Amino acid sequence: MDADDDLTPLDPAYKSMLRLQLAIAALVLMAAATIAEVAIPGWTGAVWIPALLVIAYALIRVPLRRYNARGYSLAQERLRVVRGVIFRADTVVPFGRVQHIDVGQGPLERAFGLATLTVHTAGTHNASVSLPGLRHADATAMREDIRAAIRRDTR
Amino acid sequence: MSEPAENTPRRTDPRTFAVRAVSLLSQLVLPVLVGGFAILDDGDFDDVIAYFLPFILLVVGANILFAYLRWTKLTYTVGDADIRVESGVLSRAARSVPYERIQDVSLEQKPLPRLFGLVEVKFETGAGGGDDLKLAYLPESEGERLRELVRSRREGTAVVEADADEGDADSGARLLYAMSSKRVLTFGLFEFSLAVVAVVAGLAQQLDFLLPFEIWDWKAWREQLAGPGQWLAGLGFLAQIIGGIVAVSSLLLVGVLTGVVRTALREWGFRLERTDKGLRRRRGLVTRTDLVMPVHRVQALRIGTGMVRRLFGWHSLKLVSLASDSGSANHEAVPFAQMEEIAPVVAETGFDLPDGASDWHRSAPAYRIDGFLLGFMAMVALSIGLIVAGRAVFAILPVLFGGVWFGLHEYLRWRWDRHALDTRQLYTRHGWFAPSLAIASREKLQSVEIVRNPLARLRGYADLHFGLAGGRLRMRGLALDDASRIRDAVLESMARQDFSEVVDRQVPGA
Repeated sequence: MDADDDLTPLDPAYKSMLRLQLAIAALVLMAAATIAEVAIPGWTGAVWIPALLVIAYALIRVPLRRYNARGYSLAQERLRVVRGVIFRADTVVPFGRVQHIDVGQGPLERAFGLATLTVHTAGTHNASVSLPGLRHADATAMREDIRAAIRRDTR
Repeated sequence: MSEPAENTPRRTDPRTFAVRAVSLLSQLVLPVLVGGFAILDDGDFDDVIAYFLPFILLVVGANILFAYLRWTKLTYTVGDADIRVESGVLSRAARSVPYERIQDVSLEQKPLPRLFGLVEVKFETGAGGGDDLKLAYLPESEGERLRELVRSRREGTAVVEADADEGDADSGARLLYAMSSKRVLTFGLFEFSLAVVAVVAGLAQQLDFLLPFEIWDWKAWREQLAGPGQWLAGLGFLAQIIGGIVAVSSLLLVGVLTGVVRTALREWGFRLERTDKGLRRRRGLVTRTDLVMPVHRVQALRIGTGMVRRLFGWHSLKLVSLASDSGSANHEAVPFAQMEEIAPVVAETGFDLPDGASDWHRSAPAYRIDGFLLGFMAMVALSIGLIVAGRAVFAILPVLFGGVWFGLHEYLRWRWDRHALDTRQLYTRHGWFAPSLAIASREKLQSVEIVRNPLARLRGYADLHFGLAGGRLRMRGLALDDASRIRDAVLESMARQDFSEVVDRQVPGA
């Protein structure tokens, strides 16, 4: 959106985690390309070279673009999550509409000390809004903030 | 009926057993008849009867005995904090549902229990799937009493024991809308379904061996006409046309009749009343349903129409809420009525219809132009394909008709699709063929999202998606500043109310 300046960026470790994720996918692609290369008689590089280009782009540019596309804000008792490189989505959930909150950590996330914060709403659309790439301590702190706000509201 | 004190286990109505026995017998009759036919074919009827009659009697007897045992073992207890049901002959199961978790109590009457004046009481807990607590069957009065009891416990008020049987829920009820038999039939005419016609036509083709003639065979039709309509047959080509008309119109008749019958079965005796607990809807000819929609749980309204019924001013009103109505989250409050009849119901739900002063906005022209260009480009691609395939003569058709169609469509959508925002509510009007209007309360939304695809970002428009409990609401192709304006305004009003007040508690002034 236009008022992107007040958004908090994600933890920089998120870039490394994305890179690692993509690297794992790249290994699979490389293996497939190698099999194709062996199957084609003679050393042509017709499969390897495009595959390598794609992988290079995926490892160098994609994590950066994704990281830059994401951001969040907790201002005014609202959780705002911005995401998407090509399809941009800007979601706002007021704390008063949060049903319950999850803080999740996948194996890769744990290795980087990251966590995903997911808030659930009663709406059919956007029933859950998740925000990956937070420091684990930050995610739990945010959870406490949101929970405190809910408790204050319901009283 | 003698009323046992609360907190003691009670059995369901003794007639339950009779209903079970009758339905059991009717289930057995068919297999026995089929078996009987098979046996009769073999001759030796007397022998077989002698062997099998005791066996049949044994099966029937055992089933009835088991039904009886099941009835004696099923008890329910209306406690201070919950409703408990204990059941099972061999393995016992006990289930308890606290009053706070009961969303609603619905009463359903299937044909057979209805003969006995019994109802099936269902305690809806909002647990997904068909896992709700059910009690089959109770007398109608007991069903009503349980419903009132659960409601008043939930509200936290003292339980008013309804001593007089007459003093039931109807006393404070105000009729909002009812459908006369004539109205139901009119509704049925509009419920004509092309799908049914297609199915019947398909069946006629599949099962034509059952018909005395071939429905698609013009020659056979001519033969059919050969008797009294000999002169018709002589006309040859004309006879074929007449045959076609007869076939098509009989299909149409089937379609119309199906619509009328289905509608009559569903909507017969439709009554919508305002009771102190909400809007109460009763309808159904054979299976009668009785449902109460608490007014403060209504999240949004939808007013719809159809392409033909629109010309006659017929509209329908649906309430979007968290509780579900036989699978769909939209409760049909008024299925078929003129706007003057819908307006009082809308007022009763605490929502307002848009008035003349509403500040309507259209979507961005760029969004519609892009929609047209995308559709048109697909048509151009098709034309190019035709030219490449050597059918250049037809190449003009997709471009011409596609262009006209997409142009007209996008223009009309631009003209008719609108949205507005006033101090309390949000309106979206959608479609030109059969326009529908959604009215949502600003305070009752759950989230707001602005979505932009690459084209939208290039051309400066955006889609707006709202999180609505029990439904979906969106505005498409808004100018970006319009979208931001609506989002900020809606978020402002959402912040004023907490979720628990929005969904459960009576919202003051709403």
